[in-house]
Amino acid sequence: MNFDKELDAKGLNCPLPILRTKKALGELAAGQVLKVIATDPGSVKDMAAFAKQTGNELLSSAEAGGEYQFFMKKK
Amino acid sequence: MEQKKLAIIATKGTLDWAYPPFILASTAAALGYEVEIFFTFYGLNLVKKDVDSLKVSPLGNPGMPMKMPFGPEWFKKINWNIPNAIQAIVPGFESLATVLMKQTIKNEGVASIEELRMLSQEAEVKFIVCQMTVDLFGFEHSEFIDGLEYAGAAKFFEFAGEADITLFI
Repeated sequence: MNFDKELDAKGLNCPLPILRTKKALGELAAGQVLKVIATDPGSVKDMAAFAKQTGNELLSSAEAGGEYQFFMKKK
Repeated sequence: MEQKKLAIIATKGTLDWAYPPFILASTAAALGYEVEIFFTFYGLNLVKKDVDSLKVSPLGNPGMPMKMPFGPEWFKKINWNIPNAIQAIVPGFESLATVLMKQTIKNEGVASIEELRMLSQEAEVKFIVCQMTVDLFGFEHSEFIDGLEYAGAAKFFEFAGEADITLFI
């Protein structure tokens, strides 16, 4: 998937992945896509909840080898 | 849709209890909430310039696991069940527990209190400090960080009365 910016949130724990995601989205224009990589298992539910409450669209959420990959489109 | 509001009263002044107010405040702000924290009694310690001296005590706190943040995996899994009576008479036991917890915090990629506090302030979380307890404990305004408002209970209700969520921590 194409993306405009990548955020490495590996090794960070709650609530840092969400706070960094919020900050990174702030640097994008509406419609641009942010890729986030995290290792916190709690981030799966958290990213979905963040998207739901902020109106940014979670395009995909996947796990591979203990890493979680998210693509979020800025509102 | 009108902006949601979260009001928090922070009353605890230990390292462990310093986390919930700042985690919830910074996260709510990231979700678009307007947030205010009212710091009172021991919660005043959370807005001191020096938060490195915050401590955690396992004494009289049976819910707190005592595990070692270093060594082989089997060793780290051991929960050291040390009786209160021993914790109470060993000098520096609290400091030791605090050092161990800080190391665990680092190992687990958990943010420091200073970082979460800074992120909260950057996200425009408002910090209100109870002037009455500042006087009661004999603190000076110079001991606290910048960006605080000093006020009383009425000021808290001005915001909390309109809040969607109010938490007492």
